[in-house]
Amino acid sequence: MFPLRIRDLHWHAGGRAVLDGFSLELGGEGITILLGPNGAGKSVFLRSVCGLLEPDAGHFDWGGGARPASGVSMVFQHPKMLRDSVQANVELALRPLRVAAGERQTRARTVLERVGLAHRAGDSARGLSGGERQRLALARAWITRPRLLLLDEPTASLDPSSVDAIERIVREIRTEGTRILMSTHNLGQAMRLADDVVFIDAGRVCEHAPVQRFFARPASAAARLYIQGELPWRMAF
Amino acid sequence: MCAPEGFRREVGATAVEFERGLRLAVAGVVSSPQPGVLRVDAPAAVLEVALTELPERCIGQFRIPVLCAHLRFLSGNRAARQALLARMYLALSRSGSLGELGLLYSPTAMVIAQTVLVVPLMAAIARQTVEDAWHDYEEELTAMHFRWFDSVRVLLHDCRHSLMVAVLAGLGRAMSEVGAVMIVGGNIDRSTRTMTTAIALETSKGDLPLAVALGLVLLAVILILNGLAYGLRLWAMRRYA
Repeated sequence: MFPLRIRDLHWHAGGRAVLDGFSLELGGEGITILLGPNGAGKSVFLRSVCGLLEPDAGHFDWGGGARPASGVSMVFQHPKMLRDSVQANVELALRPLRVAAGERQTRARTVLERVGLAHRAGDSARGLSGGERQRLALARAWITRPRLLLLDEPTASLDPSSVDAIERIVREIRTEGTRILMSTHNLGQAMRLADDVVFIDAGRVCEHAPVQRFFARPASAAARLYIQGELPWRMAF
Repeated sequence: MCAPEGFRREVGATAVEFERGLRLAVAGVVSSPQPGVLRVDAPAAVLEVALTELPERCIGQFRIPVLCAHLRFLSGNRAARQALLARMYLALSRSGSLGELGLLYSPTAMVIAQTVLVVPLMAAIARQTVEDAWHDYEEELTAMHFRWFDSVRVLLHDCRHSLMVAVLAGLGRAMSEVGAVMIVGGNIDRSTRTMTTAIALETSKGDLPLAVALGLVLLAVILILNGLAYGLRLWAMRRYA
C-alpha cells in the first residue's frame, strides 16, 4: 500500500477546479496533517483517496499496485450513526469483512473500552454528545485495523476536552502502525499531532514539510499568511 | 335473475372457451347437436345455446374475442330455468381473456386486486424513506466497503420504524377498499364478503343499524392498529433518539 504516490489529480465541480494538479507522496508511517483555507480541496482530496469520488484525471499508485479492497478507513466531520446501539454501530464496520458474530462483539467491546465508551455500549448511538459521537466514529474506523486512516476535520466544533480525547485516540491508533492523514484548521492541533504538514491552496499542494520546519520557516507565502491568520477567505467561484 | 324464453348475450370468449366453461358449470348434460349449437339437458329444464362469433374488440395491442350467445329454453318451468341459469352464471361470467384461470368471484382474485392497489402506494412511501436514508449513509457505507446487498439490508433495518408508515398506509388502503373487491369478489356471503362490501350491501338494503355497527367495528380495528403503530414509533424514538 505504501509508499502512496498521488500524481496530478484534477477534479472539477460546477465549472471550478477543486483539485488542480494535486500531487503528493506519503510514506508508511506517521501522521500527516492537511492544512489550508476553506475550499482549498482538503475534503475532496481525502474522499478521492478513500475512493468515494473518482477524479477527472490523475493517478494513484498504492505501493506499486492497485487500490486495495480494504485497509482504508475514513472518519467524517459529521459522522452518521445508525438508529441502533453504540455497540451495534461499532460492529457495523466489521460486517463487510465477514467477521464472525462472536469476534465482532469481542473486538467491539475492546475498542469501545479504548475510546472510553464501554459504559455506553448499550445506549442509542444517536443520543451521544458531539464528542462521544466522534469517538464512536473513530472506534468504528479503528476496529477494522486499517493501514491508512483518513480523518476529515474530526474535531471541528468540539470543546477542548473532547478535542484532547480525540487527539489521545489518534496518537494511540498511530502507535499501532496505522498511517494517518488528517485535515484540520486547528494549528495548535497540527503542531501537537503532526509529523509532517501538507499545505493546500486552490486545489494543489503548496508545501509539504516536517511540522517543525513548516511552522518555523514556511516556504510558501500562502502558508506564511495562513499561519499568521491573514490569508483572505477564498470565495467558491 | 329472470328466466325468459330466450335472450341474447355478448360474451368475451371464443366458442371453445364458452363450451369448456359451460361443461364445467353443468357437467354431464351438455351436448352439441350441430356446429355452433350447444344443448343443456338439465333434469328439469332444457336449454339450447346458439353461438355466433363476432369481430374481435381491440384495446391497443390487446385483442378480445366476442361471442354472441343466443339462449333459448325448450322446456322447464320458471324455477327450474332460474336454477339452471344460476349454475351457468359463473360459466358465462368467467369468460374473457383471463376467464380460463377461474379467478372471478374467488378470494384469490380479491387478494390479487388488493395487491395491485396497495403495492404501488407502499412501494412509493418505502422508496422515499429508504432513498432519504441512503443519502444520509451513502458515504459512510461506501467508505466501509459495503456491497450493494449489504447496504440494502442495513438501510431497511435502520428505516424499520419509518417503514411502519408504509405498512399502515397499505393496510388502510386495503381495509377501506370496496369497489375492486366487490367487482372481482362478487360479495358472496361467507366466501368473498368483506366488512366494507357488507357495509355497502347493508346500506343499499336499508339496514342502517347493521351497516353502522359494522362500520364501528371496522373503525375500532383500524384505530387499534394505528394506536399500536404510534406506540411503537414513540418507543423507537425514545430508544434510538
